[in-house]
Amino acid sequence: MIIVNNRDKLEWEKGMTVQNVLDKMRYNYSLITVTVDGKLIPANEYDSYTLEDNSDVNVFHLAHGG
Amino acid sequence: MKKKDHLSIFKRNVPHSTAILQKSTVGIAGCGGLGSNAAVALTRAGIGGLILADYDRVEESNLNRQHYFQKDIGKIKVDALAEHLRAINPNIIINPAVIKLSPEKIAEVFKEADLLIEGFDKAESKRWLIESWSSAYPDRAIICGSGLAGIGRTNSLKVHSSGNVYICGDEESNSSMGLCSSRVSIVACMQANVAIELLNRSGEK
Repeated sequence: MIIVNNRDKLEWEKGMTVQNVLDKMRYNYSLITVTVDGKLIPANEYDSYTLEDNSDVNVFHLAHGG
Repeated sequence: MKKKDHLSIFKRNVPHSTAILQKSTVGIAGCGGLGSNAAVALTRAGIGGLILADYDRVEESNLNRQHYFQKDIGKIKVDALAEHLRAINPNIIINPAVIKLSPEKIAEVFKEADLLIEGFDKAESKRWLIESWSSAYPDRAIICGSGLAGIGRTNSLKVHSSGNVYICGDEESNSSMGLCSSRVSIVACMQANVAIELLNRSGEK
């Protein structure tokens, strides 16, 4: 089981990547940043970074303004 | 003549917090609506040092939310902000960096910072800042603002964190909605509040 944003649950699959999680959760924000078990995953690794079962994934939306 | 220590500024502070904050240095990446207001809050709380990084000059349209005044228009933001912060606490140590930040410069500019506060406008820049900081200093926190535009909706503002990444805001609203001083300042002060909490937590260890 993968926990997303301390709330949503997703069935874990062998070889599952960060990008697979984003697709399944239908995250369509153009700009996000992601941590897995508290570790920041650079955007260019979403396709290759594979998740262990019971991973804790956080997806942060980044919006313009400051 | 003995230099006045100005510590009476902080006599109403939370007990024990001042000594910890006085030993701490915070990096501020971007001195606009988020960075300038967070810097003021940190200065009043008793932070010992700030690294202020920005390359912009103050424009009149900044005054709706950023901690600048009519007399600052045209000045380098970092210089104007340093002057305002020293007017609160003359003993604060400010390291100014008048520089256009880019991913490869982050580690060097903020190497003395215990943690980093993000104050950029563009979401793309927020992302590369988080990535470059986390790569250079994975054990140090980065505190960002995301979703601070529009009016009201105070209850939607929150802190979302994982590991050393902290995001303050509603994570939805963006600057195309327009920016209102009170909402931007709340998020900037949330960032400062998280910073003060983290510094006190690590200072007590």
